[in-house]
Order: sequence, then C-alpha cells, then structure tokens
Amino acid sequence: MKLIINGEVKNYQEGLTVQQLLEKLNLSPERVVVELNRTILSQDVQTHTELKSEDTIELVQFVGGG
Amino acid sequence: MDQLIIAGRKFDSRLLVGTGKFASNQAMVAAMEHSGSEIVTVALRRVDIDNPEDYLLSHIDLERYLLLPNTSGARDAEEAVRLARLARAAGCEPWVKLEVTPDPYYLLPDPIETLKAAEILVKDGFVVLPYMPADPVLARHLEEVGTATVMPLGAPIGTNKGVRTRDLIAIIIEQANIPVIVDAGLGAPSHAAEAMEMGADAVLVNTALADTPNPDLMAQAFRKGTEAGREAYLAGLGTQRQQAEASSPLTGFLRND
Repeated sequence: MKLIINGEVKNYQEGLTVQQLLEKLNLSPERVVVELNRTILSQDVQTHTELKSEDTIELVQFVGGG
Repeated sequence: MDQLIIAGRKFDSRLLVGTGKFASNQAMVAAMEHSGSEIVTVALRRVDIDNPEDYLLSHIDLERYLLLPNTSGARDAEEAVRLARLARAAGCEPWVKLEVTPDPYYLLPDPIETLKAAEILVKDGFVVLPYMPADPVLARHLEEVGTATVMPLGAPIGTNKGVRTRDLIAIIIEQANIPVIVDAGLGAPSHAAEAMEMGADAVLVNTALADTPNPDLMAQAFRKGTEAGREAYLAGLGTQRQQAEASSPLTGFLRND
C-alpha cells in the first residue's frame, strides 16, 4: 500500500500498524510525535492503529530552535 | 529573592535561551549551563526518516530546564495551533512560545494571526508566550485573551542589532500586567542589560550565543548582562540631564577666587 510519510510516497505491506511502521524506520515512539491524517496519535493508540493505503503520516520531533 | 514568575511558576534566572544553530549539541549544552537559564526553547520539525539525527532531547536535562517548544515555521494561526498541539503530544508541559512568521525575509511576527492563535491556545489550556511586534496595543489584546507573557522583538530574529524598538517596549512595559520578555535581535550582553534596565522581566537569546566561537563565555556574559540590568532597574537609574552636575564638592578648591 501507498503511504505518504513526511511528504514522501512510500510503499509498505498491508496491515501495518503505526507502531510497526516506527519499528521499521528505527524510530523510538518516545521520541517521535505521530500525526495520522491530521489527527495526533498517542502511543497507546499507535499500537493498534492499522494504516490504510493513501494515509498521510507526519512524524515530527524536537530540534534546536530559538 | 527577586524571582521571575510566569503563570505562577517561579524562576531564578531571567535569561531564556534558544537551542538553535549551535555547532554541536555539546556546545549547546555548555552554553545553556553557563547562561544559568532555566527555560530553553526548541522547535518541532519533520524527522528525516532516511537520515535519523542525534536526538536533541537526549542532551537536555529536563529536570533542570523547562522546555519551551516554539511554533517556528508557522505561517498562520492554524499552523501554529497544529504545531503547539504536536509539541504537547510529545509529553511536554503545555507551554508554548507562539511564533507566526509568514514573511521569510524579516521573519516578522504576524500580529493578526498571532492574536488568533493565542486565543485558541489559551482556551485549549496552553501557557502561551507570544513572540510579537513591539506594539503596545497588540500587547494589551494578547494580555486580554490570557497570554502568560508578551515577547516583543528588539530587532528582527538573528540580526544582533539590539533594542531598536526601545520606545515602544517602554510603553509595553509600562502598561503590561504580565511579564514582558524581550525576544529577538539581542546581539550583545549590553543589549540584554539595556532591556532589563528598562524594566523588562526577562530576555531571550539564541543567535548571539550560537554564532560565536566561544558560546560558553558568551552565555556567561549574557547572564551577567541580564543580572546587571535587572539589579540596576531594581536599584533605580538616575535621571538623564543636559547640564553637568558635579560629583565632587564644589567647595574647598586650592585657589582663592
């Protein structure tokens, strides 16, 4: 299925949960905030949220800033 | 102890520092320590999923520093609100440095969108510290909608020009019932001291600390400048006058006229 992650189109197998996606990307759920189709997902929701084709995902984290 | 109080929370330091543009995370941490600051700003950005970077927060002692996420990059109220909520979801306390800067050249804050976003975020339970043009009327509007502070700019972000908006900031300080934090454009410890001498409650500095070969020493200098300005304000500055007024006695000269 096709996912749009941080503005880039990526292909993944069907049935992937958000938590599994983070694992595949080597991202720790404590360090990344996940927004799925403009809705923020808490960590406990990420474990059982299955992704669908065309989903838009934003993965953000803190960086230096003034 | 003369503490800074923002939204009921007490701080010993009146210098807030940004974490952007440092040559390394080590340099950033060292500057934070030398600044004596207790509040540090951070930004929120997309993860580079192909090149995951060193994670910023693994370098910052969250027991020691209050993290103040900014909404930098937001071009309107909607984007700012979205960023603030994402930051809160990261597990931060609901404090936000609201920044809405649609113009990438001067990075000047949009007063209308800032006020709009402030109202939404206050209602949503955030402690809102808005970066704003040095406009006394806007400062009153922001206070009315319930922001915790106002943060008028001294000069555009990163310009190191100092308190160019001095007369307007003086009016904001005179009228405000919430802390006034002079943010942006402070390039030298004397600029921080100047803002504090005027009665600003705090200052925020980033570029001046990051953009020097010796961030530790500069952070220490800004700490002293901030403290010196605060102490001078508390002591009460003498009035300026045109004519000289002798400091030494005008009697007992070694002459007979």
